[in-house]
Amino acid sequence: MKLCDPSVPSVTTTLATSSPKSVYEAVIGLEVHVQIKTQSKMFTRVAAGYGHEPNTLTDPVVLALPGALPVMNKAALDAIIKAGLLLGCEIAPVCKWDRKNYFYPDSPKNYQISQYDQPICVGGAVEIELPGSARNVMGEHKKIPLTRIHLEEDVGKLNHGATDSLVDYNRAGTPLMEIVSDPAMHSAEEAYAYLSSIRATMIYGGISDCDMEKGQLRCDANISIRPVGATHLGTKVELKNLNSISFVRDGIDHEIKRQIAVVERGGTLVQETRDYDGQTGTSQSLRSKEMAHDYRYFPDPDLMPVKVDAEWKARLQAECPELPFAKQRRFVERYQLPYSLTSVLVWDRALADYFEEAATLAGPGKAQAVGNWIVNDLLRELAAAHLTLATSKIRPAHIAALVQLVDAGTVLTHAAKEIFIEMAATGDLPDVIADRKGLKAAPTDPNELETWCRDSIATGAKAVAEFKSGKDSAINALKGPVMKAAKGKANPKLVDETLRRLLAAM
Amino acid sequence: MPSALHFRTIADLAAALDAKQLTSVELTQAVIARTQAVEPRIHAFNSFDASDALAQAAASDARRAAGQARGALDGIPIGLKDVIAVTGQPLTASSKMLQNFVSPYDATVTTKLKQAGAVLWGRLNCDEFAMGSSTENSAFGPTGNPWDTTRVPGGSSGGSSAALAAGEAIATLGSDTGGSIRQPAALCGVVGLKPSYGLVSRYGLIAFASSLDQIGPFARTVEDAAIVLGAIAGHDERDSTSFKTEIPDYRAALTTHRGPWKLGIPKEYFADGLDPEIAASVEQAIAFYKAQGCEIREVSLPHTAYCLDTYYVIATAEASSNLGRYDGIRYGHRSTAAKDAVDLYAQSRAEGFGPEVKRRIILGTYVLSSGYYDAYYLRAQKVRTLIRQDFLHAFRDVDALLTPTSPVPAFKLGEKADPLSLYLCDIYTIGVNLAGLPAISVPCGFTKSGLPIGAQLIGQPFQESNLLAIAHAYEQAHEWSGKYPAL
Amino acid sequence: MSSAPQLDIDHIAKLARLALTPAEKATFAQQLGEVLHHIEQLSKVDVTGVEPTAHASPVFNVWQADVAQPGLSVADALRNAPAQRDHMIAVPKVVE
Ligand SMILES: [Mg+2]
Ligand SMILES: [Zn+2]
Repeated sequence: MKLCDPSVPSVTTTLATSSPKSVYEAVIGLEVHVQIKTQSKMFTRVAAGYGHEPNTLTDPVVLALPGALPVMNKAALDAIIKAGLLLGCEIAPVCKWDRKNYFYPDSPKNYQISQYDQPICVGGAVEIELPGSARNVMGEHKKIPLTRIHLEEDVGKLNHGATDSLVDYNRAGTPLMEIVSDPAMHSAEEAYAYLSSIRATMIYGGISDCDMEKGQLRCDANISIRPVGATHLGTKVELKNLNSISFVRDGIDHEIKRQIAVVERGGTLVQETRDYDGQTGTSQSLRSKEMAHDYRYFPDPDLMPVKVDAEWKARLQAECPELPFAKQRRFVERYQLPYSLTSVLVWDRALADYFEEAATLAGPGKAQAVGNWIVNDLLRELAAAHLTLATSKIRPAHIAALVQLVDAGTVLTHAAKEIFIEMAATGDLPDVIADRKGLKAAPTDPNELETWCRDSIATGAKAVAEFKSGKDSAINALKGPVMKAAKGKANPKLVDETLRRLLAAM
Repeated sequence: MPSALHFRTIADLAAALDAKQLTSVELTQAVIARTQAVEPRIHAFNSFDASDALAQAAASDARRAAGQARGALDGIPIGLKDVIAVTGQPLTASSKMLQNFVSPYDATVTTKLKQAGAVLWGRLNCDEFAMGSSTENSAFGPTGNPWDTTRVPGGSSGGSSAALAAGEAIATLGSDTGGSIRQPAALCGVVGLKPSYGLVSRYGLIAFASSLDQIGPFARTVEDAAIVLGAIAGHDERDSTSFKTEIPDYRAALTTHRGPWKLGIPKEYFADGLDPEIAASVEQAIAFYKAQGCEIREVSLPHTAYCLDTYYVIATAEASSNLGRYDGIRYGHRSTAAKDAVDLYAQSRAEGFGPEVKRRIILGTYVLSSGYYDAYYLRAQKVRTLIRQDFLHAFRDVDALLTPTSPVPAFKLGEKADPLSLYLCDIYTIGVNLAGLPAISVPCGFTKSGLPIGAQLIGQPFQESNLLAIAHAYEQAHEWSGKYPAL
Repeated sequence: MSSAPQLDIDHIAKLARLALTPAEKATFAQQLGEVLHHIEQLSKVDVTGVEPTAHASPVFNVWQADVAQPGLSVADALRNAPAQRDHMIAVPKVVE
């Protein structure tokens, strides 16, 4: 029997804003499964992969044929230790493998090799950022503590037909990390931010591509409510199949509202597992899972324990990249970038690296201009042309050279925009394009320029007075007549310098 | 040496093959003929493929003719217990569950035997999923003991011991989880070696209890056992529990490793329940070693009384999980009576497994179930530590231990109906598996009624060379290996 | 483990996915009762401070490098399948 509950509408607002009179607080813990990006599977060397013809990635171990035995994948161990180091976990000096026994058609051995009481990573935390008051305003940062991260193997995939189910074991045995948070989140927004942060961290570390559509990142949530101020935990509901990042937010929000509705009706919550349907925004109880599980965990006698020494840890520590929030703090400090730029730049490691390369090439004081070109122009261009940073003809050196040309006054802003489009098409350097298309500001006779400047100062008494009284921007009003006299081709930097020299001498 | 080819040893046949006095095809034909003649009375095989064996033999002869013979096993027919995978051949574990299963891959020992040029010959009967001590638990019917076909050949590798004793193979492989090589070897009057845990790869061996299972040879002589062990031992990347160790020339060690040795006699192994004729034979073996100048010491293995319980907890727990994969989904017996997907498991497994397997799955599931894990499984693992320590402690003073292999000689088919009395057949062999030690059963006489008796020598971890040499010294001075059942 | 074990055979059979007949349940319950009674002996052993043995000769870090190797062909993977369709294993419809 299915317990559909369509009476509860799907909502995307948070608990606090949607139930202002509510006296309840939600307590949320997430179990996140991340597929580790390896060549071969967790316990055998047949290839791991996605999108292959059914049952083409199997071998005796994957199919659990009689007599097959597991052997660990070293790269998967490296990956989880790295993940643990990135999230500040303690790496257990010794950990072991356990069998989790249960019967299901997607589980070839009818036990999953996992880690029960000795996970490889213990503790740690995920830094999250909640939405700020506006898009360009930094939000509140929090650390969500982790319980553990352990390593296990993925199961196969069931395809449900009209009268039967079909099993494809290609995914079975893929290395899988399970990241378990403490029950320390209180809103769907926090859960969403938590998942986003994990996703970025894993991609940064090269641990997983975290493509939710490919099932590389999967999320189950344990949700309960309690009166604000209470310290006990309420009846926990496990919400399964939150298989897109927006479903996580919607599903949790929906569940919190459902629980409050039940309690406010005078009903009682039951501990259960519910399946969230992101398409309809409803959830239903998974009755079959209500039967209490007895997984009969015991140490897997086919596998030897893992010992992690300081040297191994240090080697992986050295490979750990700077994480997005740390990078963001550094970009603000080192390049004086505004939040609006860093919040775009740091979430994509390639983009952040691209920025740093361009900013370094452009030289001191030009980072913000570089950032603006990347965030405003380059990203738009990539989206429009369906390109990536890697396939674009515009390299960091192009951006740096363009910024330098503008900064030196050699090209004017509108000319620079034209050069940018031409760079994208040809991959030529901006200097070459500017020459070819005659887009450089014309060389000006200094005497002639000085005459135009004196004329402008003579006729712009109001602006001169304002400037003299301390309003620096008043100088711009004096530039117009000079540019007009120069037919728009004067070097703006030279105009600025000349005006300032003359004004200073007054 | 007997003139009948099918009763000769590997060492002897290899010499004849090398001397071109014999071809592998002739030898294989003789073994096939013998098998066809006696198999109706013995039923050691679940299946065999004569034309496939002859093709392997012909390939061996061609290699030898081209001067590319691969050693002592090239061209020798060797039977495999039906729990060891061979590509394209049935693999049933003597279970209805796997009645129609054909392996798409080779076990590592299979690969190694193929590389050594052996003629892989037949799938040998055993207790279902290697669970038993009499081979009566086979879904395909029991095997008879060649010395008295109304009696059991022991088990679980009873097909392997019976086939060898009856001349249906020149050597065989079995697997030993609690005595399943040594006890049937004793009951059938052949040599049976259980190697140190980790010496022989388990990859491709149908798992019963993963932390206890080992593959080992049955052979007519200790020398033959040394030859086969040399071919199948060695580290395997595909078995995480496989040990990284140099494999010495075990055959050469028979003569290079010389006594006198210090032998320990565990007093707990000569207590109540031991058949007096077996006790007397083992006493004579002790006397032999003493006469050879060996130092004989009584030793104590104080936790012996707990071996059986420890074993049944650990073995059934591991088995309950290992046998989870037999569900009728990807392979194996699938019930047509199931009403839904969940029921499919329960019905297929109920129809596919025999009673002893079901009993052990139930017991193993129980001892791992919520609330019982600490009291049973965890406690048994701790007692296992004490049992292992007992042995290692004894080995500070002695090179090997000498004990009976089985408390009783071959018993009548159907005689031991209740599980517990059958479990007690393994009391002298189980401790060795719990401690991961190598042990060998060598023939050491006959009862007055003409049933074989076996003595067990237990060695130090990975000291198979020493163990084989000690056994060889006894064997060379006795005629047991020269006797064959009249069939 | 001090009192005689109570083996709930229905529950255990369900966990083990074994459809036992009433006769099997009765026989197994009685036989395993005896075996479990025997196993009760283990409670007499003093295991204070004793480490459990999971492997007879324990070693650590037994692994392979992450290099993909060929597996089974689809034909070999499915050759023993009781039922198949579209290169997949067919089972009665699974209701979650
Ligand atoms: Mg979980
Ligand atoms: Zn998991």
